Amino acid sequence: MSVTEARPGPGGPAPRPCGNGVHPDAPPERVLSARGLAVGYRQRRRIAPVLSGLDLDLRIGQLTCLLGANGTGKTTLLRTLSGSLPPLGGTVCLGEADLTALSPADRAQRLAVVLTSRVDPGLLRVGDLVALGRHPYTGWNGRLRAADHEAIDWALEASGAAALRARPVLELSDGERQRVMIARALAQEPEILMLDEPTAFVDLPRRLELAGLLTRLARECGLAVLLTSHDLDLALRSADEVWLLGRGDRDADRRVASGAPEDLALSGALAEAFDTDTVRYDLARGRFEADGAPAPRVHVDGEGPEARWTTHAIERAGFAPASGAPARLRVAVEPGPTWRLDDGQASRHHRTLADLVTDLRSREGQRTAHQPN
Amino acid sequence: MTADAPARPRRERVGTPALEPDAPAPPTDRPGRTTAGMVALALVCAALFLATLALGSVRLPLGEVLAVLTGSGAGDSTQLIVEQVRLPRAVTALIAGAALGLGGLQMQTLFRNPLADPFILGISAGASLGVALVVLAGGSGGAMLALGLGLAGGAAITAAAATGALAVTLLVLAASRRVESPATVLIIGLMVGYAVTAVVSVLVQGGFGELERVRAFVAWGFGSFAGTSWSDLVVLSATVAVGLAIGVATMKALNALLLGDAYAASMGVRVRGVRVLVVVSASLLAGAVTAFCGPIAFIGVASPHLARGLLRSSDHRVLLPATLLVGAAVALAAGLVAQLPGQDATLPLNSVTALVGAPVVVAVLLRLRRSSRAVVT
Repeated sequence: MSVTEARPGPGGPAPRPCGNGVHPDAPPERVLSARGLAVGYRQRRRIAPVLSGLDLDLRIGQLTCLLGANGTGKTTLLRTLSGSLPPLGGTVCLGEADLTALSPADRAQRLAVVLTSRVDPGLLRVGDLVALGRHPYTGWNGRLRAADHEAIDWALEASGAAALRARPVLELSDGERQRVMIARALAQEPEILMLDEPTAFVDLPRRLELAGLLTRLARECGLAVLLTSHDLDLALRSADEVWLLGRGDRDADRRVASGAPEDLALSGALAEAFDTDTVRYDLARGRFEADGAPAPRVHVDGEGPEARWTTHAIERAGFAPASGAPARLRVAVEPGPTWRLDDGQASRHHRTLADLVTDLRSREGQRTAHQPN
Repeated sequence: MTADAPARPRRERVGTPALEPDAPAPPTDRPGRTTAGMVALALVCAALFLATLALGSVRLPLGEVLAVLTGSGAGDSTQLIVEQVRLPRAVTALIAGAALGLGGLQMQTLFRNPLADPFILGISAGASLGVALVVLAGGSGGAMLALGLGLAGGAAITAAAATGALAVTLLVLAASRRVESPATVLIIGLMVGYAVTAVVSVLVQGGFGELERVRAFVAWGFGSFAGTSWSDLVVLSATVAVGLAIGVATMKALNALLLGDAYAASMGVRVRGVRVLVVVSASLLAGAVTAFCGPIAFIGVASPHLARGLLRSSDHRVLLPATLLVGAAVALAAGLVAQLPGQDATLPLNSVTALVGAPVVVAVLLRLRRSSRAVVT
């Protein structure tokens, strides 16, 4: 019985009948391309399309982020592109080979995934778990050869998980576990690495570390990296290309906008994809804002980190910081630092930004209370 | 990247800041531990095997037993007892224990459930149904079970038992694909087992068979390693060998399945094919053992846990041989106790295995709770 295909030759890389690089003059090689792709689920005779008419490319050395609000079909598209869900229409090609025509082992040598499902690996240690990634290369009994050990060492090193090698997987923190699962995927020596919501369960500093790691894997190891995320900030920060899943009334009508994140921001595609009745994307500031009545403006005098965090505090208090325009309220950052709030009639000193925020809020309360309705 | 760049990722030293090595990595002494553990288990098996030959209603001197085994001749009665009674019994226990252990290991990994085994999932009950139908309705010889089966009868019963086992496994497996929770799958297996056992009871007690056959079937239901003849052993060992061969062939895929179906598929495992093979293998193992030894509980669920605990490993390439040895050792020990050395009476094998198995299951549950592993997800 043969679960996997036989290893092609001792040591040497697998022969690749379908060359990459469809356009030799286009610098980044395409390793995966989808044409006219329709994704969704087949349930008995009923077909539930989620997205259709997609033309997408993954390129070597690039980090691509599949971005969309929850429930827009990110995971469905990822599962189709990774070959675990058959497409409802169109094609997905790995190089020039159709993804659905590749044997599972061939596919596994070129494409590896990191999923959201939490694994329960029993008594496996990190080294053992990463070694499982050699599955498509080893023989019937899974014995590791020198080339396999090399690949495992490289994968642990490249994902920064080498120090974890002897630790039981059960004892790892979420962030460490994430790295180990990336190392396992790298041990498959893929051209393409796909990650489903890799930032979902890790804190902000880990998230940035992860973005840095994935960027380096793309740039320095020549991988094509695709990750799904609903984290717009992460996508804007690190992705070379964003595939933006929009919302639509009918699922099948929805399209995917792709391009550099900045282009998508300027074209308004980001705002369209993420805005709701109560939240809108502020193009000038590059972030989401809660929709509400226009806030009274506060002028800020100051420089450096103090001014930066003063601005932050003023926004939190529900005011709009304005540095150039004239405003009734003025806040001056003074050495110490202390803060002087001047409303044109009186001024008051504050030792902390917390006090400043309290003062601002009380003034706003008086102002609205005195306004005749 | 230039056009002639290698398609493989370049194995460059990426400037990834390594995680703080909070402690010097403990040396992995597992190859040593594995070898030592295997040798110890094999020695325990050998000792229990010899004890089974020497101890029983009559105590035989070990020297004479060894003389019979090496063929250098011993007293006639000793020769007869060892060759015709105790050796078949010991070999049956060895094979049955190993087969039940492997079946348990396969079920635990396939269902991702630490409490799965052929008995709990109702597979042994399915095998019992097959046996009951052949014995009660088939009627190939009245006291077939009590007197030894003969080659053809043994093969027929084995086939019926394996078919019954396969039917139940496929049923439980189909249910397990519809529900995510391992606990639910276990409950479904238990329910199927109860239902099938009830059908067997109705068949047996409902006056569908002759009294003598019913009595033989009830005795068979207590479980025993005694009473298998050499010709029975041919059928048993051949069936178990096929199940074992499939088990060894799927060992690597079971390792990948530790990470779940989705990851296994992404690593090139043909999950559906492997699942069918494992189910066929476990059904052959459980079916053959049940046909000859009765439905034996607990060896299947306990052996893999004992093997994991002894060798501190979840790697099936280690666990598979270890589980075979642990299963054989547990079965030999239970058989030895059941024979009540020095007494004329014997205990039902199932009572003895339960006395060994129940504490193990409880211990596993307590350990899982302590390490806060979510068994039920």
